[in-house]
Amino acid sequence: MLNPIQVLCSDITSLSLEPEPFASYTEADIISTVEFNHTGELLATGDKGGRVVIFQREPEGKTEPFSQGEYNVYNTFQSHEPEFDYLKSLEIEEKINKIRWLPQQNAAHFLLSTNDKTVKLWKVSERDKRPEGYNLKDEEGRMKNLSTVTSLQVPVLKPMDLMVEVSPRRVFANAHTYHVNSISVNSDHETYMSADDLRINLWHLGITNRSFNIVDIKPVNMEDLTEVITAAEFHPHHCNLLVYSSSKGTLRLCDMREAALCDKHSKLFEEPEDPSNRSFFSEIISSVSDVKFSHSGRYLLTRDYLTAKVWDLNMENKPLEIYQVHEYLRSKLCSLYENDCIFDKFECVWNGSDSVIMTGAYNNFFRMFDRNTNRDVTLEASRESSKPRAVLKPRRVCQGGKRRKDDISVDSLDFTKKILHTAWHPTENIIAIAATNNLYIFQDKLNQEMHG
Amino acid sequence: MRYSYQRRTCAIPRAKMFPKGTKRKFSDSREEPVAGGEDVNQSSLAAVRMLSSYSLQRQSLLDMSLIKLQLCHMLVEPNLCRSVLIANTVRQIQEEMTQDGTWQIMTQALSAANAAAQCSADRLVATEVLCRQTEAAQGEQVPKPFPVVGSEGCPAKEVLEEEAAAAEVGMTMSTVSPQAPTSYLPGTFGMDPCWEEEETGEDDDDEEEEEDSEECGSGSEGEERERDSLVEDTRTAEQVFGTFEIKNPAPSPDPALEELFSDVDASYYDLDTVLTGMQSVPKMGPYDLLESLSSHGPSPLSSSTSCRSDLNELDHIMEIIVGS
Repeated sequence: MLNPIQVLCSDITSLSLEPEPFASYTEADIISTVEFNHTGELLATGDKGGRVVIFQREPEGKTEPFSQGEYNVYNTFQSHEPEFDYLKSLEIEEKINKIRWLPQQNAAHFLLSTNDKTVKLWKVSERDKRPEGYNLKDEEGRMKNLSTVTSLQVPVLKPMDLMVEVSPRRVFANAHTYHVNSISVNSDHETYMSADDLRINLWHLGITNRSFNIVDIKPVNMEDLTEVITAAEFHPHHCNLLVYSSSKGTLRLCDMREAALCDKHSKLFEEPEDPSNRSFFSEIISSVSDVKFSHSGRYLLTRDYLTAKVWDLNMENKPLEIYQVHEYLRSKLCSLYENDCIFDKFECVWNGSDSVIMTGAYNNFFRMFDRNTNRDVTLEASRESSKPRAVLKPRRVCQGGKRRKDDISVDSLDFTKKILHTAWHPTENIIAIAATNNLYIFQDKLNQEMHG
Repeated sequence: MRYSYQRRTCAIPRAKMFPKGTKRKFSDSREEPVAGGEDVNQSSLAAVRMLSSYSLQRQSLLDMSLIKLQLCHMLVEPNLCRSVLIANTVRQIQEEMTQDGTWQIMTQALSAANAAAQCSADRLVATEVLCRQTEAAQGEQVPKPFPVVGSEGCPAKEVLEEEAAAAEVGMTMSTVSPQAPTSYLPGTFGMDPCWEEEETGEDDDDEEEEEDSEECGSGSEGEERERDSLVEDTRTAEQVFGTFEIKNPAPSPDPALEELFSDVDASYYDLDTVLTGMQSVPKMGPYDLLESLSSHGPSPLSSSTSCRSDLNELDHIMEIIVGS
């Protein structure tokens, strides 16, 4: 049986969608979220300028069975605009924090996109036919001279060039005092939650003027504030369960059946602190930046500054597995605190079979860990690897000591090139990596199906 | 050779010179002493140097954190998670420094520097707020809303001195209640409470105090060095803290703006809005973050803070009724 991570490493082809090399980019082009839809046919990205770009996978070529469909731009639209909060005299950024697709129920696709304050539901639909042969209007839509109409005709639908239309269907506004960091669609396909720093609200997808607050950790006295919510997600199968992570490194599983306000958790996942590694930065690096349920719903994946952890829902006192993403940064925490990099929020993802986890790092590196074989790999999303069909070469960071050729030393890492957002196709070995303003899509040429 | 000569002739009792009482080797007379009592001094020197560099690092981390907190006020709402994490770090450092006693030294240096400047009432209150210590000095691990600078000792110590005219209370202010007086007399305590404690030493039967005096005794050199560096650092800190002067509400910049915000209710003047970067309200200066963070709930100081904001609001209402 092929080892998925091995095949993934050695036969990955890359596809970069940045057309020109060395093109300068503006801040608005920085990609802030990446998400595949439930079939993997569509891939959406959001950027700092409030735009959403949707890519669609081309169907497989019939001539080359191994040539996987490539992703091409399907539609681009402006999701959020910058706003100004007049009461507080502050700008509200248009940056898209998260995109989540709804499961497809008809020909159209629906996605939720959110900035710091407002969630919007968008409908993405195709139009490839148009009616022709009106009686009263001519082809350009002008009214016909009635005297020239001699007979009646029934308009027919004729094929046309494909047009993709995106329209806003719902706007869920004015429900968050703090910055929205997560949205998650419930498995009931009717409700979703939005989480900000201190509160989580439950919405019905059809109702925009009312939401229910289900978690509230705001202290009565704001001076007592020591902990914020950093991420939240619904369980993939149980519509009553949700998890949220905090800046103190804890995870709380809440059951909405227990009470209307889920301030009291059902389970608390926390790893006891290692006293030997204690420093002034211990709390900051323990802050969980992302939490994801496994596809099976059995496990949780969390990311803090230096590690990625897999938790078993049935074991609260410690994680099942701990993966060191970039332990070599532990001795650099002070400088990373100074330049604010220590507050970077890296995301993490599962592959479709929950056997491999992936997360980003600095210097445009991203890492994959195979849970079954305990093997891991560091890869780079860069222009060198962006030539089509180029195979990705594993990278290594050396921390002094023996240095092999092509190793990068810790001190020459570029901390401005960070991979915060990654996505994995739900069923196949295709990954999307957002590196600042570039989107890289890597496909596993040989091994299409998931193993394990 | 020299040593044996000294030993015979010097008046210092041998026990004091070589506390450990080990004999000198003859060959050691020319070299730097490596054994015996001198060794104790050397190892304590090394320990003190290590302590100093750790303290310096800690101090620079504290300064950095405070500056980061200030820079939170930008055009866009600051990241609350980042602010909370930095604030927790500051709190942690402050708790540790309080337990060490370096907190007190820093506030003394700060108060000495501030004493020269003219103080308005608001400024005094601000400094007093800075000077309050958390109960964490007791050794309990519960993080309380922290005063950004200062041990409770500043004003409270004044009270004690006035009352008892006794020697200093130790670094651990656990015996002192948190009711801070409204007046603040700068610079009336000694620069080095440790020494005073050592000399008089009989005050409270607090165990922790005695421990501290021991620490002070051995670390006295380090403390001095620390103090010097702390004074230097507190100048940086003072630039940060000294800007509390800005807290005095400026003459209203724009009556139209005042009117616009005149009906904003007082509940906005709390850490909530401060942390979310509310700049528009003229009553809150950009450094109120530190001030708000340092004020306790059930203390007379925070009530005076809210009283002031209430008074300001009343002023506004009066302006609108009477003025325009």
